[in-house]
Amino acid sequence: MKKVLSILALVTTLGLGFTGNVLAEDAPAADAATTEVVATPDAVAPVEAATPEVATAPEAAPAEAAAPEVAPTVDKGDTTWMMISTILVVLMVPGLALFYGGLVRSKNMLSVLMQVFVVFSLVSVLWAVYGYSLAFGSGAGPIIGDFGKLFLAGVTSDSLSDTFTAGVKIPEYVFIAFQCIFAGLTATLIVGSFAERIKFSAVLLFSAIWFTLSYIPIAHMVWGAGGYLLGQGALDFAGGTVVHINAAVAGLVGAYMVGKRIGYGKEALTPHNLTLTMLGAALLWVGWFGFNAGSNLEATGGAGLALVNTLFATAAAVLAWSIGEAFTKGKASMLGAASGAVAGLVAITPACGSVGPMGGIVIGFAGGFLCLWGVTGLKKLLGADDSLDVFGVHGVGGIVGALLTGVFTAPSLGGTGKPDFSIASQVIVQGEGVIITIIWSAIAAFIAYKIADLIVGLRVSEEAEREGLDTTSHGERAYNI
Amino acid sequence: MKFISAIIKPFKLDEVREALSAIGVQGITVTEVKGFGRQKGHTELYRGAEYVVDFLPKVKVEIAIDDKILDQVIEAIEKSAATGKIGDGKIFVFNLEQVTRIRTGETGSEAL
Repeated sequence: MKKVLSILALVTTLGLGFTGNVLAEDAPAADAATTEVVATPDAVAPVEAATPEVATAPEAAPAEAAAPEVAPTVDKGDTTWMMISTILVVLMVPGLALFYGGLVRSKNMLSVLMQVFVVFSLVSVLWAVYGYSLAFGSGAGPIIGDFGKLFLAGVTSDSLSDTFTAGVKIPEYVFIAFQCIFAGLTATLIVGSFAERIKFSAVLLFSAIWFTLSYIPIAHMVWGAGGYLLGQGALDFAGGTVVHINAAVAGLVGAYMVGKRIGYGKEALTPHNLTLTMLGAALLWVGWFGFNAGSNLEATGGAGLALVNTLFATAAAVLAWSIGEAFTKGKASMLGAASGAVAGLVAITPACGSVGPMGGIVIGFAGGFLCLWGVTGLKKLLGADDSLDVFGVHGVGGIVGALLTGVFTAPSLGGTGKPDFSIASQVIVQGEGVIITIIWSAIAAFIAYKIADLIVGLRVSEEAEREGLDTTSHGERAYNI
Repeated sequence: MKFISAIIKPFKLDEVREALSAIGVQGITVTEVKGFGRQKGHTELYRGAEYVVDFLPKVKVEIAIDDKILDQVIEAIEKSAATGKIGDGKIFVFNLEQVTRIRTGETGSEAL
């Protein structure tokens, strides 16, 4: 029965035409729905199912159309998948905390866990208060939404959000929560750049300001209705620019502005527990399935594509990093393999919904090799103490992924692009998105650090830094053995 | 009385303890230590950061003995702790002035 209803709804929508989808990539999806029905995997399943029954559908369609205005389909499977994806993405919070925590010295373990945990919570509350409204509210400006949904005003359990398929919707609350985790996670990524020396109050103040000045507008530009980059046709399926490049640039600016850790380049600042780092990377990988496949917003073949890409590209990046280390340094390290996994996950994020699995593997390999360079050669060139290599992994991986999305989306390379897909013009659009994000985030981050510096000061005292932030900032120790 | 402080390879500890027990040594004190001698350290690499680790983990064995068994003890440690490779460690011997067993108050050789 449900199938019949969804077919009816689909046919109705096809008849009525496309009426404004809100999310990224909606343009191709809409085209597919109206013109090239079979080209886009997202649309394939329902449409193919519909085609044989078109003969019978028109009889019922008028009745459906006569019903008050629209009959959007809300599939329980989609809703369930999106709630599970949301919860999976939350798993990335402890994942990231442990990944970072293992990399710092034991005296700073809790400070990193605490910064990740509290920044995520802070941004979540801000998201509900004004973030969602400004990023995805009813306003359709090119750079920012509006205050129409301030405090989630007007949203009820009956409110619906668009998916990539015309006429198929998910509950708005689920969409709000899913997008909330993205915002929170993006802000927590930055913690790795200034770890081991920043004041806790400065972290919170910076995060709130940067989230407002950078995350919200970039998210709106890439994903929101009327967003500038969305209009340009930029492909960013799960947030390569919005999440990773955005956070990485803010981190790099922070590494410069907060300054180097005492003893950087002279003393051994060794990771205190790479077992936890590996566990964290593994949790990130699991959570990333929700991040990437959930970004499909429906439990369809498109989600399946994002899922396999998240699997294969990541595995390829683990191999790439390990091979790269073995050949250049003589030994393949566990930290390298774990870093490779994160590099691959970052690189495939913008591409996972539009490239084929083989394209995904190539992106994974490229991400693994280039991020290895990002944390070695590039790091030396930049000369900043980006403690946990946020820019080397998320920045380089994000840029590699964003640009290669423009290459491997080409149908001739196994991607899901339309037959007239042009690699050159798409790469230019992707590059434009990357450059806008870099400049925007850098300026926003600079302002946010400056304000935090003026109000509370960025750095802890030298004495506190030597003692460790766990006892001096939080009054506790991670290990009492 | 003599006080012996021997630095050995950690994995040789059990063999040394057995060899000492076999010749009647009643008690030993063991500490995990780090140090360097002629044996070179190693290099650790964490992404772009390379650290030379000079100090290697060793075990320090301390024993107090009667003068009479000194040569036997040195020989026992030397044989049981040797691998023939660089880094086997050293045996230091000190004169020991006084010993007191806390429980009974005994002193001198009786307290060993």
